[in-house]
Amino acid sequence: MRQSNYYVILFSVILTVVLGGLLAATSEGLGPIQQKSIELDTKKQILGAVMEVTAEMDVIETYGKAIKSEVTDYEGNIVAENEKGEKIVAEDVSVEKQYKKAPEERLYPVFKYYGKDGGEEIESYILPVYGSGLWDNIWGYIALDTEGKTIKGAVFAHAGETPGLGARITEDQVQARFEGKKLYNDQGELVSVKMLKGESNPESKLDEHHVDGMSGATITGNGLNDMLENYFKHYQSYFNKKGATATL
Amino acid sequence: MSTETVDKPVKKDSEALFSKRRKKIVTDPLNDDNPITIQVLGICSALAVTTQMKPTMVMSIAVIFVIVFSNLTISLIRKLIPNRVRIIVQLAVIATLVTLVNEVLQAFAYDMYKELSVFVGLIITNCIIMGRLEAFALANKPYDSILDGLGSGLGYAWIILAVAFFRELFGSGAIFGFEVFEAIGFSADGWVGFDYQANGIMVTPVGAFFILGLIIWVQRNKTGYVEN
Repeated sequence: MRQSNYYVILFSVILTVVLGGLLAATSEGLGPIQQKSIELDTKKQILGAVMEVTAEMDVIETYGKAIKSEVTDYEGNIVAENEKGEKIVAEDVSVEKQYKKAPEERLYPVFKYYGKDGGEEIESYILPVYGSGLWDNIWGYIALDTEGKTIKGAVFAHAGETPGLGARITEDQVQARFEGKKLYNDQGELVSVKMLKGESNPESKLDEHHVDGMSGATITGNGLNDMLENYFKHYQSYFNKKGATATL
Repeated sequence: MSTETVDKPVKKDSEALFSKRRKKIVTDPLNDDNPITIQVLGICSALAVTTQMKPTMVMSIAVIFVIVFSNLTISLIRKLIPNRVRIIVQLAVIATLVTLVNEVLQAFAYDMYKELSVFVGLIITNCIIMGRLEAFALANKPYDSILDGLGSGLGYAWIILAVAFFRELFGSGAIFGFEVFEAIGFSADGWVGFDYQANGIMVTPVGAFFILGLIIWVQRNKTGYVEN
């Protein structure tokens, strides 16, 4: 009986239904909590580019006060509505989905930081970046000064980099290396900021366009470099337009 | 799968909750029959996750959870499982439990989820778990199977935690992220006068092989275990 084909098929079907149901129920039940975790995590990352996010901090509240956002296109024009006339909210723009499109067709969210308690003046621009690491995608948020030329802070995250190696891009110590680095050289050309191969590189190599690498994670580092360079390029016209209107 | 033979169920009418035999089920895999060092199973994850203590800790808990509950589940339905599809059934149960762990981590410990989801997914292929299902849970009662899962899970956990301890200590100079060497004076201002130079090999899986090899050496020296 236990070996007959009917029994095997029946058993498999019941097992599949039971296990599948269990998984579906869990996913359904935990879905909203997961969604909240992701949202909170994104806001934490955005704020993390400009300030230290502590465990006690009310991230949602601080975010509401400190950040105003807008969306721009490749030419640097502000996009307020989509084709259907619906309002576009920068926080709802999935950088991951945009990343799959051609750079010219993407929407680029910009998060403007007005100081911890929300002042009058913009203190820095926070740009989302997205790219590929060694195993999976990596992303991050880069805070630039008001001219869009100097990095004020950076946070990175990843989907599947090796813990202790590539995954170290999430460490404060690694992210802090980017602070104060410059995107443009003296001639005004975009040279971006590059992470070097190997760790503990001598001081002489670490000029204002280079940061120390992570040993054993060169490919993640290269991915990081490409990601930064690409997105700095994509956001260039946004800042150029900003500069043009400021001088008018 | 496992190289062992199927453990024979022992029948007794009323056995103490923690009888000698049951204690042995739990304690055996900790040392004499350790899944990693004696049976040499689960090496893959022992190399992969052990660069730091914290993820290793979460991985240990996840594996113990999965192994205990998959052992229990399989043991409960052991008389219903058709022999010909038993491996698939075992895999389905393990995969379900692993997915549950992943979902729970994603909801309640998002930071950990980000760090570990790759490896949590790989618990499915951890031979220790399937090995225990095949070798023990299919032939034993639920309570014994829980104990067996607990024993094997703990046996796995203490080894990977030991490996992670040395790898994080020498590879990053820290334990649970706490900079040990800096605290005892390895810094420019400390009495040593220079920073601790991290041992790069400890960060790579090769370092785990060395540590694991040393642990196996010491352990087999003590227990007198010889492979035949």
